[in-house]
Amino acid sequence: MDRDPRAQVRKAPENFLDPELLRSIRTRGLNEQRRRLIRGAFGAAVGALAATARAAEPDAGDPDIVNPTPWSTTLGKPVAFKPYGEPSRYEVALARRQSPGLTSVAQASVSFAPLQGMFGIITPSGLHFERHHQGWVDVDPSRHRLMINGLVGRPRVYTMDDLMRLPSVSRIHFIECGANTAMEWANVAVPTVQYTHGMLSCSEFTGVPLSVLLDDAKFERPKAKVVLAEGADGSGMTRSIAIERALDDVIVAYGMNGEMLRPENGYPLRLVVPGVQGVSWVKWLRRIEVGDQPYGTKDEVAHYVDLMPDGLLRQYTSIQEAKSVITTPSGGQKLMGPGFCNVTGLAWSGRDAIKGVDVSFDGGRNWRPARLETPVLPKALTRFNCDWTWDGKPCLLQSRATDKTGFVQPTYRQLREVRGTRSIYHNNAIQTWRVDASGEVTNVQL
Amino acid sequence: MKSGLHRVCLLAMLLIGSADARAEFGGIGRAPTASELQAWDIDVRPDFIGLPAGKGSVAEGETIWAQQCASCHGDFGDANHVFTPLIGNTTADDIRTGRVASLKAGGSYRTTFTKVSSISTLWDYIRRAMPWDRPRSLSVDQVYAVLAYLLNLADVVPADFVLTEQSIVQVQSRMPNRDGMTRDHGLWDVKGRPDTRNTACMRNCLPGDPQVSSALPAHASGSHGDLASQNRPFGAVRGTQVGAAATPASADASATSALPSALNANGCMACHAVDSKLVGPAFAEIAKKYSGRADAESYLASRIRDGGSGVWGSVPMPPFPQLSADSVKSITKWIAQGAPR
Ligand code: HEC
Ligand code: HEC
Repeated sequence: MDRDPRAQVRKAPENFLDPELLRSIRTRGLNEQRRRLIRGAFGAAVGALAATARAAEPDAGDPDIVNPTPWSTTLGKPVAFKPYGEPSRYEVALARRQSPGLTSVAQASVSFAPLQGMFGIITPSGLHFERHHQGWVDVDPSRHRLMINGLVGRPRVYTMDDLMRLPSVSRIHFIECGANTAMEWANVAVPTVQYTHGMLSCSEFTGVPLSVLLDDAKFERPKAKVVLAEGADGSGMTRSIAIERALDDVIVAYGMNGEMLRPENGYPLRLVVPGVQGVSWVKWLRRIEVGDQPYGTKDEVAHYVDLMPDGLLRQYTSIQEAKSVITTPSGGQKLMGPGFCNVTGLAWSGRDAIKGVDVSFDGGRNWRPARLETPVLPKALTRFNCDWTWDGKPCLLQSRATDKTGFVQPTYRQLREVRGTRSIYHNNAIQTWRVDASGEVTNVQL
Repeated sequence: MKSGLHRVCLLAMLLIGSADARAEFGGIGRAPTASELQAWDIDVRPDFIGLPAGKGSVAEGETIWAQQCASCHGDFGDANHVFTPLIGNTTADDIRTGRVASLKAGGSYRTTFTKVSSISTLWDYIRRAMPWDRPRSLSVDQVYAVLAYLLNLADVVPADFVLTEQSIVQVQSRMPNRDGMTRDHGLWDVKGRPDTRNTACMRNCLPGDPQVSSALPAHASGSHGDLASQNRPFGAVRGTQVGAAATPASADASATSALPSALNANGCMACHAVDSKLVGPAFAEIAKKYSGRADAESYLASRIRDGGSGVWGSVPMPPFPQLSADSVKSITKWIAQGAPR
């Protein structure tokens, strides 16, 4: 089993590894080829010294403890050196990525958030997943307007100045693309949680409740059934939203995680529709029309319709039902060796807060409740953790979410019994990760 | 169930709340003018509310299609190199029944016309978003014409058809999948009923041993690049090293790429790729073609500004007169250097 590769190296005779190989091990861990190289080098060194690894240099110590490091022996950089801070230069592995071959043009495409290395529930704004239909645009906020028209007593136009003067709310909500996990409906298709579940993010959004604006426009209460939200970009994205929902918890948001929205996420204004698939969270929001029936827009008729086994397309499917996934250990990762391992993941429901998450290590035969970390909020990601001691044997990891309505996340079998395997959207099945004896984790379905 | 009293209170609160709101929000917002409403309120509903009067023939549509749509969607709307096909896999029988039979058979080949139930959707969408790289450049009559051509390609209307705000109503009754939608599900209503019913069993929940039915085949293991480089090199786990596979080009391109930023900023990459042909030729091929030519940079600059066709095929490239001289130069210089990644 692989232990910490650095610890393993440290016990060997000094300098038996060439620095290039050592650096490569530090950054990438050990693979078979490197392991062979070490065995070779090690054998030679041991032969020469006629000693074992354990016996070598008993009190040499960890060079990173014993020797001064550059950062502890120099003057650091000044304040405001980077007026807008960025992650450490060592943090390059976690980035938004496309799934090769999924789409042919990058302006009508998706980039996935690297869930495999994220902590807590808030998605760093620079890692928020992207889904654009006609590229992203950087809108001049001084030229942005929001219009409200349709079944209203007094149509309105607001500037950003207007909107930011109005009473605001700040709420934490998840956003999940309706097509998240779409590639996995029929079989395993992608290797890691970034690609299986990465069209998922969670932020604190700040803005004006849509109900405040609808009231200000004196919307026609009994007649109004639906609002249409429209974007200012080239796609002019349009989606219908039920009036009950629009009056409930929908926000016309400009803030995200303490700053303005990022351009990729709709700067300077987007709709936040808690619990509903991301396509309805119209970015670069420029218009709300109140109507008495849904609008049958392109992404309500040609796409975001779920094909059922009887050949009918389910239209206006919106809610993201309860779902969860273990993010570590997950597909494409490798355990450090038998022993303690903190199993961690995310759970969410578009209907309410998460009530509980159970974790199975034997493919769903037996389950243990996981710890939910606070806060546990309605229609927000919830972080769960579960202590585990791996015995070095192959096993099958799963997580299963239950929300406050009592709904329990389905298995693949249950989901396929009702919806078949061709529906593309709203796949919230229980995810299985297989851990093999070497500690390698892969994506499987049972 | 909410009590009657509760409901009265809620109503009172709402009334007071909104009365207050209007008093409080003095000086915020204004009424739109008629021309502002006209400019932005362009949506067309399935009952044709919002549809402007106009007309266009299949023949007129064919010309527009060839010039402005075919490069991405193919001459017959059946191409899939940029987006999924618009036309194909519908039958005369589907037009008669209003249900596309292939969807019942699994829908393994779904074109736009196999799914779309309302013709208004296509009118609205072409008007607001197409051509993709030049949205909202078509006139109302051009939208009618190009949609008439698409309908003809889909065998919904004959070749001499003229689509108008009147005739579109009859076309609706011939849409192949007009009765193919259902709203009988619980995913729209705030209180909708779920269609799956798992239970939170904790012990001995399976009859036998769980069997793995699907895993990633070995040949696909490198499909998403080296997973080691997609995880931190420290912490609780490592990423699995997958071959010597380079990370997918698209993934980390922005971090280290030599690509001039003007290419992405101006939508060039919607039609071009560096190493492969998309709608337009690969930049590497363009670089090769003009590598011996002394005036390559100025020639390419004029081609980028003026667009046109004939050098690589019949598909035209749109003109880009709005590009700054600096942007053009950064692109032509990069091509002259061989279009390095
Ligand atoms: C530069 C490439 C390009 C050109 C030119 C173009 N399109 Fe498109 N078209 C696209 C892309 C990409 C999409 C998908 C956009 C998305 O993902 O939302 C699309 C979508 C569509 C759709 C909706 C199909 C569906 O199933 O969602 C229609 C209809 C359409 N185009 C018609 C046209 C017409 C008509 C023209 C010419 C006036 C045209 N297109 C020109 C690239 C193009
Ligand atoms: C709508 C698709 C489309 C877009 C967008 C597009 N191109 Fe092209 N491009 C083409 C096609 C098609 C050709 C081939 C034209 C021909 O055969 O003459 C082409 C050809 C070219 C050529 C080679 C011209 C020659 O004479 O050999 C260059 C250089 C070029 N494009 C650069 C660009 C740049 C730079 C942009 C962005 C500013 C861009 N293209 C955007 C489709 C496109």
